[in-house]
Amino acid sequence: MAVDRTRLRCWVLFLSVWMLLPLAARAQDEAPEAFVKRVSIDVLESIKADKGMRNGDVNRVMALVDTRIMPNLDFARMTASAVGPAWRQASPEQRTRLQEEFKILLTRTYSGALAQVGDQSVEVKPLRGSPDDKELVVRTDVKNGGDVIQMDYRLVKTPGQGSGWKIYNLNVMGVWLVDTYRTQFAQEINSKGLDGLIASLSERNKSNAKK
Amino acid sequence: MNLRWRRMCCVALVVLSGCATVQTPDARDPWESMNRSVFSFNDKLDRIVLKPVATVYRDVVPGFARKGVHNFFGNLSDVWSAVNNGLAGRKKETGDSISRVFVNTTIGVLGLFDVATELKIERHKADFGTTLGRWGVQPGPYVVLPLLGPNTLRGVAAFPVDYSANLTNQFTEAATRDTLTLLNVIDTRATYLGASNAVDGAALDGYSFIRDVYLQRQRYLQYDGNPPDEDPPADGEPQP
Repeated sequence: MAVDRTRLRCWVLFLSVWMLLPLAARAQDEAPEAFVKRVSIDVLESIKADKGMRNGDVNRVMALVDTRIMPNLDFARMTASAVGPAWRQASPEQRTRLQEEFKILLTRTYSGALAQVGDQSVEVKPLRGSPDDKELVVRTDVKNGGDVIQMDYRLVKTPGQGSGWKIYNLNVMGVWLVDTYRTQFAQEINSKGLDGLIASLSERNKSNAKK
Repeated sequence: MNLRWRRMCCVALVVLSGCATVQTPDARDPWESMNRSVFSFNDKLDRIVLKPVATVYRDVVPGFARKGVHNFFGNLSDVWSAVNNGLAGRKKETGDSISRVFVNTTIGVLGLFDVATELKIERHKADFGTTLGRWGVQPGPYVVLPLLGPNTLRGVAAFPVDYSANLTNQFTEAATRDTLTLLNVIDTRATYLGASNAVDGAALDGYSFIRDVYLQRQRYLQYDGNPPDEDPPADGEPQP
């Protein structure tokens, strides 16, 4: 009986290690290009499969952002980079609020583009840096019929356990997403402070919601 | 053309009389307060006239017809791109542009169908401003032109050349010329309806948003889609 129990324990241990192994291996070994390809295809397929989302159902879009997109972003870094030096003085509550409002702003802004998702394909270009880099740019071509849209991603390797690569900036046809907010945020902060920026963002999000 | 220039200058002067102070100066935009005035003039004009017209055009004219119009003007612009790619000594881009015009003008029935894109012959847009850039002329300060919108000083200098080379202006019959010009403007505005609505929702300050996007995009085009990597400043990074 005692032997059986030990054997059982061994089995459980072995099984759980065996099941966790590929997960850990994937997190450690996934190449940056493979990561970008997997995430972009996953997001495109989810949008394609959901008609309500393509028609601009805000709740469904938000659900997609939270489940499929946010886990792959270093969103704190994105927000910090848009906010600029003032981020250092921001309190934890202010940081949370800034991230929350920035997320809603971005989601609302770009949910209109989801209607155009159809049979795009994603082609990842060869990596320029070394795969050992902690930060690098992965460049892709999104092909839409005859048109090619260049989309690039800045990735950072997250240290320790967890999910490997995270995206912290996105470039569409030559324009970095986070960079386009930097001047505007700086203007708000210079004239009204961090809380002023939070208030402006939240006001903008409320007026966007009414549309 | 002379009369048009004079009219434009008048508009500019009227607009300039109400200038604002600048809060967050940007080195690339030393004329910001003037530019802001012109921007808000353009914006008002757009809201009252151009955007409503473009919206009606999009909603009323069937998709295939709008596509044909869009392709037609695209084909005309490919001609000018071919010339400028040639002037800049870019062989592949010149070849592609010439092939595009040839294919689209013949098989594509005077440019109404964009067969070249289907055949994967890439478009390489170029005007005289980009040619000057390739010859080493720096873009200079950011300028917002009345009616024409964002540009750089280099683009303004190149504008008379681009304008006189514009194929829609080669028609001697005024009615044809004006119709084509108007159609071109409406087509261009209709193309950007989605984008401009997004900007309205996204921007806390539409002026600096559009300026930053425009200047980034220009830089990207200048380097042929491969600008030197400029990582954002580490300033705002979260503390570990």
